[in-house]
Amino acid sequence: MTVETSEILNVTNLRTYFPVKSRGIIPRTIGQVKAVDGIDLKLASSETLGLVGESGSGKTTAARTILLLVRPTEGRIEIDGQDVTGFSTKALLPVRRKAQMIFQDPYNALNPRHTVGSIIAAPFRVQGVTPPGGVKNAVLDLMERVGLNPEHYNRYPNEFSGGQRQRIGIARAVALRPKLIVCDEPVSALDVSIQAQILNLLRDLQQEFGIAYLFVAHDLAVVKQISHRVAVMYLGRIMETASREVIYSAPLHPYTHSLLSAVPIPDPKRQRHRSRIVLQGDLPSPIDPPSGCVFRTRCFQAQEKCAIEVPPLVEIAPGHKVACHFPIEAKDLPARVEVEDIELQEEAPAAGAPATGPGLQTPHA
Amino acid sequence: MISSGPSLDRPFLTVNNLGVAFPTEDGLVRAVDGVSLTLERGKTLAIVGESGSGKSVTAQAIMGLVNRKAAQVSGEIWLDGQELIAMPEDEVQELRGSEIAMIFQDPMSSLHPFYRIGDQIVEAIRAHRPVSPRLAKREAIEMLRHVGIPAVERRVDAYPHQLSGGMRQRVMIAMALINSPALLIADEPTTALDVTVQAQILELIQRLQGEFGTTVILITHDLGIVADVADEVAVMYAGRIVERAPTAILYDHPEMPYTLGLLSSVPRMDRAALERLEPIRGNPPSPINLPKGCVFQPRCNYWERVPMGACLSARPELLASEPDHLVRCHLHVEERQRIAREVLAQLAGAPQ
Repeated sequence: MTVETSEILNVTNLRTYFPVKSRGIIPRTIGQVKAVDGIDLKLASSETLGLVGESGSGKTTAARTILLLVRPTEGRIEIDGQDVTGFSTKALLPVRRKAQMIFQDPYNALNPRHTVGSIIAAPFRVQGVTPPGGVKNAVLDLMERVGLNPEHYNRYPNEFSGGQRQRIGIARAVALRPKLIVCDEPVSALDVSIQAQILNLLRDLQQEFGIAYLFVAHDLAVVKQISHRVAVMYLGRIMETASREVIYSAPLHPYTHSLLSAVPIPDPKRQRHRSRIVLQGDLPSPIDPPSGCVFRTRCFQAQEKCAIEVPPLVEIAPGHKVACHFPIEAKDLPARVEVEDIELQEEAPAAGAPATGPGLQTPHA
Repeated sequence: MISSGPSLDRPFLTVNNLGVAFPTEDGLVRAVDGVSLTLERGKTLAIVGESGSGKSVTAQAIMGLVNRKAAQVSGEIWLDGQELIAMPEDEVQELRGSEIAMIFQDPMSSLHPFYRIGDQIVEAIRAHRPVSPRLAKREAIEMLRHVGIPAVERRVDAYPHQLSGGMRQRVMIAMALINSPALLIADEPTTALDVTVQAQILELIQRLQGEFGTTVILITHDLGIVADVADEVAVMYAGRIVERAPTAILYDHPEMPYTLGLLSSVPRMDRAALERLEPIRGNPPSPINLPKGCVFQPRCNYWERVPMGACLSARPELLASEPDHLVRCHLHVEERQRIAREVLAQLAGAPQ
């Protein structure tokens, strides 16, 4: 490959907080939801960074903040070497040419009253760009490129299936040859056979145009298929980040282990003989996150230190960063771990019971 | 296949040539066309398919939830010696919630938003059994505790919106199992949940199934979930079962090209990532305008290997390849087994 790689995205210490208002005639701010709480991300051309986490982890808010669809509370966003953090909507217009977005729901992301031709031509119109050969030819080329029949130029979105609509969204996003595309759950609404088609298309476009993808998804198998590097988020923070190979075969953070163990593998023999980490309960509220390490309330490795000190994201090996006081290798995991949620236990009637940390039950087989 | 004559050791559930068709302005939509299956007591059958495959409509028909005014339902559904399709509506109503229960993808839309969860379970108990409100409430609390709701005494008076998605699904399961139904139909029960919560719910369903001896039909699109919990699998496409086998056989020796296509489409977490996935080409057919021959032919890579273009003109039957392995395909058995071996070897042999 002769494609020159360069840094397209550099995000430092990004924080996005949403105020929580009290009810009443004069609402007061009574708290903050720390949706994104200090994350750093870097992305080079032709590279895909997978951003994974459960709902409420802040991955979508992070994606939207990076394109300034939501304004950050703190931090710095550089796109193609330019600090765009404080840019006005008007000043952002030329930036949008370099950085585009693909949305989860191809039904809501397309204007139902516009023809496909008009939807895909929108970026040219908005940016005042006339490609060589004219807009219409460019649109027809794009339709062909993403696997749509150019004869359908005058059809409306409702005449297309979900997979085809996602192709329309992709054609629109790549129209101006952006350097960065933020993809927010681009295949999670699609059937598996269609999902594979779209993943292949995204990869082809990346190889052809050198696009960098920030790929936000909850499906760890999809993320493994498309990403070069992966960052795992939990309650607004990055817990672990590394190359794809390391995240999937040699993770160190207990949360990464828990997530991987929860994804069922489509192979009955393997699936039924895997070691399992069963997390009980749900994500804690981001309004009142746990002290110290935010994952400690569901963590099987948690000790006293975890409630006191926030573990910094430390580089353990080149490119492999982990935010954990007690990282653990896969080979040291017990065959089955059941993690009781200490928040839930604290709600039990006996409030005076001594806090013994998370109940770790390891029934030895 | 299925014997229609009376038999003493008839399976717990027998579906015979089930058809559900909806008349529309554009023509008759056969959402389910000739589905037959049997299921032994206490087993789990997974029905797998993509959107529009008819998997949910099949479940709704078994549950008696298909609107008879809007749809034409044909065939037979035998549950524990009773035939359900010809049964009067009020008798089906009596069975629903006591003998057969269902849990849905979205628990928020299946729970009444204005009633406390405890009261909703009490209602489910008292609709089928003459139990005093006080005893019913005690029973509800016991069941909620059993499905893993923490701080039950307080939560029993909560409204659905006060619970998380995983907790709501637990409440749904408690309500579904409160009258010890013999058959539980779970329609995409974990699709709306995070993976960690999904793992909890799947373990819960399996545990309760073991305790109560419930027979389970699991509707899903996720081949990982099927591998985790199912004893038997039926793969549906365009309203038909195209392959049916015990779970291990379906994953190790699939034969129908559509099943192969599904297995090659899903990215695998347990294997080195492939450079490219092998998707099934094209899109599912329109239910109004189905192909004349095999419904999968337009997307099939192998139809040209069948002589005389049979795939274009004749609908294949669901036939036994092995005694308990049924396949709907015109390809010769040895030919499709050879194709499957090649495809699976290619998937497994991906270089790191």
